[in-house]
Amino acid sequence: MSEQDSEPVLDVDFFRRWLTTAAASMEREADHLTQLDSAIGDADHGSNLQRGFRAVTGALEKEPPATPGATLVLAGRQLISTVGGASGPLYGTLLRRTGKALGDSAEVTPAQLAEALGAGVAAVAQLGGAKAGDKTMIDALEPAVAALATSFAAASAAAEEGAVATVPLQARKGRASYLGERSIGHQDPGATSSALLIAALAATAGE
Amino acid sequence: MSAEKPVGIVLVSHSRAVAEAVAELAVGLAGGGTTAPVAAAGGTPDGGLGTSSELIAGAAAQVDRGAGVALLVDLGSAVLTVKSLLAEGDELPEGARLLDAPFLEGAVAAVVTASAGADLNAVEAAAVEAYNYRKV
Repeated sequence: MSEQDSEPVLDVDFFRRWLTTAAASMEREADHLTQLDSAIGDADHGSNLQRGFRAVTGALEKEPPATPGATLVLAGRQLISTVGGASGPLYGTLLRRTGKALGDSAEVTPAQLAEALGAGVAAVAQLGGAKAGDKTMIDALEPAVAALATSFAAASAAAEEGAVATVPLQARKGRASYLGERSIGHQDPGATSSALLIAALAATAGE
Repeated sequence: MSAEKPVGIVLVSHSRAVAEAVAELAVGLAGGGTTAPVAAAGGTPDGGLGTSSELIAGAAAQVDRGAGVALLVDLGSAVLTVKSLLAEGDELPEGARLLDAPFLEGAVAAVVTASAGADLNAVEAAAVEAYNYRKV
């Protein structure tokens, strides 16, 4: 029931599949993410997210939450406690705040998810002090949230476009900012993994 | 300034060695006798470089005497992890507070003032003031 074009309803199974799909993407792309991170960071982004999302899928199997909101909150907590790098609290905050914004409904609409994800992205921006153009996750996530009003596929395309658009930017947040102008010319690893997360959402919705 | 319960101090670094050495230095500079409780939360549980929410929460619980816990952090994920734990609301003790202070200088100031019986606000003020100590 989650694959209708007209106002599909997203249930707990949809959110579980989203996170499982995202975990598979992080496994598949771990080397690539670490490679991007070795250019401008400390070469651990792929392995950190791989470890974090493995913990997420493990926790979801062990104690399956009853609602979409609880699913994201549990996943967020796992990421904060297992990643070990800055992406842990950042992705953890994204999922947890989105989950909290969803409340305890058994099913949510795409519009409700878009609004909740907007709250999650705002919390990430606040936590890291980053804004659009700083060469961070925000550069993929903000356009994705804006496009989510159109469709999951549009959100995924916008996130990917936002990630690619970080290449010419100079990093102003995180460890990459220490590199100054030398951060220019590399795609941001956090924006890249953010695009993977949104692509997993679109794939889960069948788009 | 002589509260019965001391403020606890947690030192969070990407490196276990750094956190433990700064704790040792701060306690040493606080002078002999009884100091406020200090715990290091450095690196990942397996000893690598990084930040562990588990070690941070454990250290905070260990030094909590009911007068608040001051957390000093080095950078990056240490800052973000503590902030997100504080936002979570239930993993750190009541009265846990992230101090906006330089790690080493702030740690010394915090441990010295907490050991003198200062409350959390005074410990925070002393640690934050460490930013004003110019070296040149």
